[in-house]
Order: sequence, then structure tokens, then C-alpha cells
Amino acid sequence: MSSISFYLNGRQVSPDVEPSTPLLYVLRNELELNGPKFGCGLQQCGACMVLLDGTATPSCMLPVAAAEGKGVVSLEGLAREDGSLHPVQQAFIDEQAVQCGYCLNGMVIHAVSLLDENPDASDSEIRKAMDKNICRCGTHSRILKAIQKARRS
Amino acid sequence: MSTRRTFLKQAGCISIGFSLLGPFSCISEGKGSVMPYSNKEIDPEQIDAWLELLADGRLKVITGKMELGQGISIAVMQVAAEELQVEIDRVSIHLAETGVTPDEGITAGSRSIETSAMNVRRAAACAREVLISMAAEKTGLPVSEMRLENGKIKAGNDEFDWTEIIEGEQISKQVYEPEEIYAKTRRKLVGTPVPRPDLEKMIRGEEFYVQDLRFPGMLHARVVRPPSYKSGLKALEEQNLANTSGFVKLVRKGSFLAVIAEKEYQAIKFQEEINKRCEWESKPIPSTPEELKSYLKSLPANSAIDEERGDWSSASGGKVVKASYSKPYIMHAANGPSCAIAIYENEVLQIWCHSQGVYPLRDTIANMLDLPKEQVYIKGVPGSGCYGHNAADDVAAEAALLAKEIPGRHIRLQWMREEEHAWEPYGSAMIMEHEASLDEKGQIQTWSYELWSDGHSTRPTSGDPANLLPGRYLEKGFGVPGPGWRGGAIRNAPPIYKTGAFKLTSNIFEGPLRISALRGLGAYANVFGIECFMDELAEKAGKDPFEFRLAHLEDERAIDCLKKLKDMTSGVQAETGQGFGIGFAQYKNSASYCAVAALVETSEEETKWAVVKKMWGVIDSGECINPDGLKNQTEGGMIQSASWTLLEQVKWDANGITSLDWETYPMLRFEEIPVVEVEVIDRPEMPPLGAGEAAQGPSAAAVVNAISAATGNRLRDLPVNR
Repeated sequence: MSSISFYLNGRQVSPDVEPSTPLLYVLRNELELNGPKFGCGLQQCGACMVLLDGTATPSCMLPVAAAEGKGVVSLEGLAREDGSLHPVQQAFIDEQAVQCGYCLNGMVIHAVSLLDENPDASDSEIRKAMDKNICRCGTHSRILKAIQKARRS
Repeated sequence: MSTRRTFLKQAGCISIGFSLLGPFSCISEGKGSVMPYSNKEIDPEQIDAWLELLADGRLKVITGKMELGQGISIAVMQVAAEELQVEIDRVSIHLAETGVTPDEGITAGSRSIETSAMNVRRAAACAREVLISMAAEKTGLPVSEMRLENGKIKAGNDEFDWTEIIEGEQISKQVYEPEEIYAKTRRKLVGTPVPRPDLEKMIRGEEFYVQDLRFPGMLHARVVRPPSYKSGLKALEEQNLANTSGFVKLVRKGSFLAVIAEKEYQAIKFQEEINKRCEWESKPIPSTPEELKSYLKSLPANSAIDEERGDWSSASGGKVVKASYSKPYIMHAANGPSCAIAIYENEVLQIWCHSQGVYPLRDTIANMLDLPKEQVYIKGVPGSGCYGHNAADDVAAEAALLAKEIPGRHIRLQWMREEEHAWEPYGSAMIMEHEASLDEKGQIQTWSYELWSDGHSTRPTSGDPANLLPGRYLEKGFGVPGPGWRGGAIRNAPPIYKTGAFKLTSNIFEGPLRISALRGLGAYANVFGIECFMDELAEKAGKDPFEFRLAHLEDERAIDCLKKLKDMTSGVQAETGQGFGIGFAQYKNSASYCAVAALVETSEEETKWAVVKKMWGVIDSGECINPDGLKNQTEGGMIQSASWTLLEQVKWDANGITSLDWETYPMLRFEEIPVVEVEVIDRPEMPPLGAGEAAQGPSAAAVVNAISAATGNRLRDLPVNR
């Protein structure tokens, strides 16, 4: 065991874990977050995405040691201090872009990262980026609408 | 305030008794503690089985159904809120839990609105009438001057809290046929697109899923799986395992093998390590996906003529059309692998899981572990969407087995992606063969349909532990389930269309893979075959697919549904390389009517040669409770069905399942997702009809008919991209 330090949602954390443990398990079990989800453990579905220094990154295979000194933002860290939602989160609510919601974490995190990087992302650029994220309920068309809506706001 | 006794006397409501509900538990209240549990018998005939009037004017609705992402919670809350005149944000819902909610069997078959929501509606309307009559007795004012608003009864200038009327207890009067259903006479909330309240919790990353539950001292488990279904464990090298950091226990019961560790990632590492140290019997899975069609037809089958009607003698000399279609094994493939938590303490087993049927599961787990069912308690907590009977029950049974090994500790069992792909019970493979004749006017004279299929459900509804995956591996050897449910295979097998004569023959085999109920059951393949065959018949008759169907329909609602789809798509022009196709069915021939159209673009590309650009859907579910929820389910069904149809097929070889992740079992992703548009035909005067599975079959047919229109070649074997 050793202590790895990184910034989680703006706060420094130093969980005492094996450095090879994937970040996902540290976030969920040691730091008790619910946002990042276990979907595949293979970086194939995007359910576990977090913002790593601002970029949407799957956390299921990334050793926690790789986050040393970096900034990690999870779904829980997107809302503003007054509790109001991030525009992407709000757009997902406005469009009711959810069925079971298990993929929602990855969808929101990835959309935030995408729009931060490219605020004018075209529809095809959105589709291309979001292709990394799996939704099994078939909520894609609403998710696209939500991201388009957030893009405009 | 009068005492209860004098009040009852004054009120003259002799038939009204009171009860306190059993101890309620709630995941948000229970964090870090052992849940209070109940093994009370819940009488569904009682009003208070379905709702609880809270002191601050809030309403708690109780359902025996599970939230699976289908949005049942908001619909059930809406119907109750309408009858009891409570604002929707003051309504909460309690999902399936043994000893707390009524036993409503399985959350399946698109039945939850038809059953649970209507049970709740009836109970809520009764509760309103009872409250108002009690208030009228109390005040001496006529019932007509009473009104109910957010937990307050307003009578003239007086106002009472509803709990004042019932004195802090609950209405345990029997449910009766209420005089008035507000949803039918007033309809202010029902029929409106109320947003889902659970979305806010999800979007903020609050505790919501069973995967999110944490308990002090909770241990983590993983199961070590055999290479294929029938492999028994021959040997295991256990040396030095116990000395490794984090190791808690190796559990070996017959060929059921699992490991428990302090931390989750340790459990995963142990699972990998033990997997290397195991020696299993080699028990090949017969056949291959490539030869599946001929293999399935060669299997011994339980055959029956399910339906035969009409006049076969008059059919002669017409044009005969024959076609054979097929559908492979496909997966539920939940986004989040199955998960459950269990604790065995003081001879009581408590389980938290995402099962679709907590009561049947309780009884089956009790049988598997030889425990009285009164000592088994299950709370339903949402998981990832399941679309039918996946591994939710299996993981709960396995967690239960493991919890008994370490009493007093919560055991969390999480399946890995590979396990979910390889071990869930799949949607059955089917072969569908049609032969029909047309008369000189192009009307169908005779239609003979013969199908081959696995059964379509091996749910643990009979209490037999063979229906739980670990059941077959334990020393006791509960064996494997029988051939599954025949009724699922013939769902929607009789076409809705008018024919001179019709005959249905079904052959139920036991195929090579583990199967159970997947969204729509046999309806997906049956409607796919029937609706593609209708296009083939239309072509033979020289008719437009819309006109040919309309010429064979008598049901006005079916006709309206297709006509609306025709209107919606009237401006669509298929360009070069594109094709337009339709599909239609009334789900189960008794639930929602659903018509779907697809515009497909084909290209020379080796993969992705057929891309669905757009889909249109029309759905008539009778009285619509929440139009946005209905649209969402239908849109999702259309996209999911397009994915099944274009891409999905479970693969295996003799050594086991080879579709083990999202690369070896691809599904439709964003780049190829069609734009979807759904319209609802609302019929507030009619009963509501089950809707969640209605789009699966029509969508498959629309996609394939569109591809056939684009290419000029009939595709009959799924998936399209083989």
C-alpha cells in the first residue's frame, strides 16, 4: 500500500491503495463516488469515464498511480457550488435523455469534455466522439439532442 | 380530536379498519446499517398495500414492480397522484421488496402499466373516496362539498390533514370498484409528459443503483467460471492463496467456485489467479453458429399444432409464396454487469439485487439453500437496464450462497464483463418458415407457418433452483432447467392479418446455449418473419406494402396506426442506394399497436454496408399515462431492435462462448444510430396497453424490408451484417 495524491473535484485526496489498482475502484470504493460506473473493465464502453485534467478518460484500467498530482473530476464534481447543474447535466434532464441511466455518467462526462474542447462541435463530430460510449437502452437520439442543446447554451 | 374509537363510531365506517404498515426500509436511509426487514404477508386486496398517506401530505406509492429504466416509477406515481390530488413532487415510490410490497410476480411482458399501475390507481381512487366520506361524516357536510388537495381535505371553510382523518394510521379497507376514476373524468396529470424524478439522482451521481450500495465491513466476491456450461471442476491448486494479502475465503461447493476478498480489486486478481489454477472437465458446446440453422432443425423437438382455422379446401390455383427466415441467439447485454449484495445474520438472509421478481426469487433461493422462505428477504434496487431475464437472479443467488459462508458480513458480488456476456441466458434462436397462397385479387387465401425455437423463459418462477445458474454446480445438483416456456416462442406467431385459412405449427427444441426471456420473446422473430413475408406477398400481388397490409386488416386501431405512419412518412423519398421499409404488429396480439418505418442507406463497404438513417414509429397504447415515457421506450426499442437486427449474434466454439466483450459482440453505436421520431395515438377512453416491448418486431421488419428495397435482394437470416 502507498499513498497516491491527486485532486478530486477540486479537493486533494490521498487514498491508501495499491498503486496498480485501477482508478475506478479507488473512486468507487475508497472515495465512495457513485458517478463512475463499472461497465466492462476493458475501456470499451465509457461507463467509467472521468475528466482527467479536463479530458474524458476511462478509469477502469488506468492505474491510480497515473493520476498522481493530476486533477480528476467526476460526475459529482460537475455541479456548481450553489448546487445548480452543469449545462450538460441540465440538458440531459431537459431532454429526459435517460432510460436505465447506467451509461449516463460516461455520456455526460464525455460530452462535457468534448464541448470544452470544441464548443462548436458539429453533429457528426459529436457522433464520432460519443461512439466510444455504449448505451444499451437505445437512448442515443435523446442523448444527441441533449448534447446539441448544451452546445447551444 | 376524538379518540379513534369514538371517531369510528361517529364516522359510522364500521367496515374500515386500520393498520400500521410493516417496517419500511429505504436505501437512502439505510446507508451503513443492516436494513430493517419484514416477512409480513401483504394482502393486495387492501388499499394500504398500495399506498401510504404521509403526515405532511406527501404520498408514498407502493408497487411490486421494479424500475428497469422503463420509467414505470413515474407512471405509477402519476396515476396515484391524479386520484389523490397530490402534486407529483410530493409523491414517492417504494419498489418491489418482499414483506413490504405486494407480490406482483415478475416485472415483465409489458404488463406493469396494465397491472401494477391499475392496481395502484384503483386503490388510490378508493382511498380518496374513503377519506372524503370519512371527512363528510366528521363535519356533517355533504360529500359534494369536500375536496382533496395535497394531503388536505377542504370542507367549506374547514381544512383537515388527511392523517388527521385517519388518525396517523392507514386505510386498510378492501379495494373495491371506485365510483369515479379521476384519470377518466378529469385527467389533469395523467396523459402529460411529467419528467422522471429519478433522473436528478442519477445525473448528480447520488446513490441509486444496487452497484452503489456500501456497508461497513463489506467484502467483495468474484465467481470463477468453468470454460463451458457442463464442465465440472476436476482439480484446483490452492497452495499459498490464503497467505496473499486481502484473501478472506475460497468457497468451493461442488463445481461452484468463488473467492471472497477484503477489497474489490483484490477479488478480481484472485479470480484471475484461481482461474489459472483450475482444471475443468472438457465438455464441448455442440454445433457452431455457422451451422446453427441445420443443427437446430435436426434436434428432437416437442411439436404441436398451436392453431388451425379457416377453409383450406377453397384455396386452389393461386400464387404460392414460400420463405424461410432465421434469428440467432442474441444477448440482453446489460451495460452494467449484474451485481448483488447479501448478508446472513441471525439466521436471516438479506439480499439487495436488481431482480425482476423478488418474491419468486426469494422462494427459489430459499429452496436452493434449504432455508424457510420466511428467513429470506429481498429488496429490489435498480441496476443497469436488463430488457428481460438476464443474470440478475443468478448473481443474487450466488451472493446468497457466499453470504452464508461468512455470517454477519455483507458480501458484494459483481460479475465481470466477460461473465455477463458468456453466462447470461440468451434470447432464443428461431427458424421461421412461411408458405401462403394469394387469390386472383391478391388477397391471402391460405397461410401456413411453422417455427422452430428454444422455449423462451427459464425464470425462477416455480421455485426450482435449476433456474438459478449456481443451482446446477452445487453438490446437490439441482440440474438444468427444462426447455423453457413454449408460450414465449409462439408470441405473435399468428399474424394479425385476415386470411382464408391459417395454420401454426411450432417445434420446441433444447438448443446448445442457455436461454431465457429477452424483450419481446418470440414476438421479435415472429413479427420480423411475418412482416418481411407480408412484403414478399405484397410484391407477388403487385401491391404497395402499406396498401397490401391495409387490405388485410379489420381492426380499426391497427388501420389507424398504419395510416398515421403513412402520413408521417409521406414526404420520404428513398434516393439511390437507399430503401424504405415498414413493419407492424399488435404486441402479443393483445397489447400496444406499433407501426415502424425505416430509411436505410446501403453501400459497397464490407462492414457497415447497411446504415439505418432514420426510423419513424407510431404507437397506440390505449390510455397513455406518460407520453414522453411511452415515446422514450418506443424510441429505445426501435434503436435496440435495429442493433439486434443489423449486428447481433452470440458466437461460440466447442470450448465456450467467444462473444465476450463489446468487440466480439458489437452493438450499434452513435455513428450509426438512426434519427428516430415517434408519435403516440392517445386513447384516454380505452384501457392502457403494455408498450415496452411493442417496437422490437416491427422495427426489425422495417429495417430488413428497407434493405431489401434498397438492394433488390431479400434478406432472410439475421443479423444483416453476418
